[in-house]
Amino acid sequence: MNEEIKTFTISIYTENNIGLLNRISAIFQRRHINIESLTTSQSEIDGVNRFVIVVNITESQAKKIIGQFEKQVEVIKAYYHKDEDTIYTESCMFKIKSSLLFEEPQIQNIIKESNARIVTVNKEFFVLEKSGRRNEIESLRRDLNVFGIMQFVRAGRIAVTKDEMKVTEVLMAFNNHNN
Amino acid sequence: MNTQTANKKQEVAQETMRITGSEAIIRCLLAEGVDILYGYPGGAIMPVYDELYKFRDQIHHVLTRHEQGAAHAAQGYARISGRVGVAMATSGPGATNLITGIADAQIDSTPIVCITGQVFSHLLGTDAFQETDIIGISTPVTKWNCQITKAADIPEVLAKAFYIAKSGRPGPVLIDITKDAQVSELDFKYEKCTGVRSYTPVPKTNPETLTAAAELINSAKKPLIVWGQGVILGQAENELKAIIEKAGIPAAWTILGASALPTSHPLNVGMVGMHGNYAPNMLTNECDVLIAIGMRFDDRVTGSLNTYAKQAKIIHFDIDPAEIDKNVKTDVAVIGDSKDSLAKLLPLLNENKHADWLQKFEDLYAIEFEKVIKDDITPTKEGLTMGEVLRQINIESKGNAAIVSDVGQHQMIACRYAEFTTTKSNITSGGLGTMGFALPAAIGAKMAAPDREVVAIIGDGGYQMNIQELGTIFQQKAAVKIVVLNNEFLGMVRQWQQLFFDKRYASTEMTNPDFVTIAKGYYIEGKRVTKREELAEAIKEMMASKESYFLEVCVEKEDNVFPMIPAGASVSEIRLS
Repeated sequence: MNEEIKTFTISIYTENNIGLLNRISAIFQRRHINIESLTTSQSEIDGVNRFVIVVNITESQAKKIIGQFEKQVEVIKAYYHKDEDTIYTESCMFKIKSSLLFEEPQIQNIIKESNARIVTVNKEFFVLEKSGRRNEIESLRRDLNVFGIMQFVRAGRIAVTKDEMKVTEVLMAFNNHNN
Repeated sequence: MNTQTANKKQEVAQETMRITGSEAIIRCLLAEGVDILYGYPGGAIMPVYDELYKFRDQIHHVLTRHEQGAAHAAQGYARISGRVGVAMATSGPGATNLITGIADAQIDSTPIVCITGQVFSHLLGTDAFQETDIIGISTPVTKWNCQITKAADIPEVLAKAFYIAKSGRPGPVLIDITKDAQVSELDFKYEKCTGVRSYTPVPKTNPETLTAAAELINSAKKPLIVWGQGVILGQAENELKAIIEKAGIPAAWTILGASALPTSHPLNVGMVGMHGNYAPNMLTNECDVLIAIGMRFDDRVTGSLNTYAKQAKIIHFDIDPAEIDKNVKTDVAVIGDSKDSLAKLLPLLNENKHADWLQKFEDLYAIEFEKVIKDDITPTKEGLTMGEVLRQINIESKGNAAIVSDVGQHQMIACRYAEFTTTKSNITSGGLGTMGFALPAAIGAKMAAPDREVVAIIGDGGYQMNIQELGTIFQQKAAVKIVVLNNEFLGMVRQWQQLFFDKRYASTEMTNPDFVTIAKGYYIEGKRVTKREELAEAIKEMMASKESYFLEVCVEKEDNVFPMIPAGASVSEIRLS
């Protein structure tokens, strides 16, 4: 049973109800699975939320926890995907002293080359925003760290899948059945 | 929507009444056919109790002596009747005391609805008196839970609660209702829940999987069925019987599957698992097709998974897709309702006998009988055995009693030796192994099925975990028969200490009170038996009693339960001594 541990992106379509996050995180906790990142937002369907969760587990573990998610009453559908089956990105923000922009002209090059965007600038600080793969964000962080970062924050992965998600069909089937 | 249902809906709409949240709760319970509920009042649920008082002619509230007792009583009610059991408690400690029963119902798939009172919604999160986050606490052990803070939400949420608890793979639902939602008013109308869009209680069965299953079964030389509670929950007892009889397949059961098929049926080959029968355990590792029906390959059933039925093709029938391949990799998975799946499987099966294969079960049974069973049920040594008590109960009950057992050695003996003629008759805490389950569960079972004989079989340890429920038995005049098999030890733990910890009996010996006097303190007739010659008569007297009766049997202190699969061993390494 020496299955390879891989990065999986788990997508869970749910009702938008209080307490559901608890129910979902408890499933990871009970199985000692560490959550690398977790994002939740409105999905493409009105009133339906989508969790995007990144975990490092084996594929058989992934299959089993999908079963556990789908078993939850308020979960509509759950999927797991490998990196190559998704288009994914992460975003981050840096808060940096404004004086550095003038004292360290190299920073301007770093910003340009990294395709980071300046969100705001004032006398004390400026804020950079960058979206991309983890390694791009990490390399930008390393580059800027040399000059000093006041604050850094990175959001969880968001991803869409190459495959079609059949969530609407599930909901349509229910509506047809009950009308 | 046809006109008839449209008219009906309109009628219901016209029946809207302006009532309080607490009255709405009672009206919801009545609409769901609830006749009995178990609970314990307290500050945050008092408005509901006030309504229970007004509705006392229509709905019977049973005051247990502890909220854990209420939860287990609701479980006992559900297990014997197949209906949803209801328990009620106040906020804070009242709610947390329900948790053990809820966790038990979750792992044993028992439909119960628990209603808890909660502090006023404006006090939520303020550490108010008797405030506890029962939604947070109960989340991992409920099928569904929900907090109501507005009276108007009560009918819909409660309808959903009953629907979810009962449908699909059943389970416990907890509804937490703030006090302001109980006292404020709403326009009440009740509509039963018929579906929740994010929830598929019974997944559609793929007909190809049935064909594949039938092919495997038809070509099998040594097929073995292991069924679980899914057969009982799906009311598939007759379908199971028809299948094993047509295809001549020996069938064994998990602890929660017991009683779905009469114990006397010639193809019933006994219990699987740690203290199960010799033949089905040994032959699990010899069968060529293992057909699991409504069971979940619990570790107490499989022993070591690395050596479990490796030679066999595995067919798994289950309503819960998450059970497929969870523990044992299947060759064919038939997902769906057990009754429906088995009914569709039947015509696909060839008639068969498997005489040589069945003979193997008989041969191994003969060995088990000689080495274990004979001395268990008809002992010649001086001390009384638990097995002979069960034998006497069988003689008196003719296999018609519902046996409610607690957890431990006596439970294994009860499940091994109790004879059953009727389904839903083995009520025990299987998955969670909750000591203290039996006494309150027996109350619930007896009240749900007053015409049935209900015998609680309990060890001296578990008995004292919810002994206070004798008060409920007395107050309700619930004619439960209570048998305490007293070995003055926490027997199962002691057995393990003897076998695996060099007899270091750490905290397993019990100095017990006079149990008969305690029963008499609750005005329950009772007797203590210490000698074999008194046993038959005492059990006869107990079973003949029209009222509740307490019987203590002082059994041999250091008897062990065999056969036994040591933890982590293979099913075929089962020990007879």
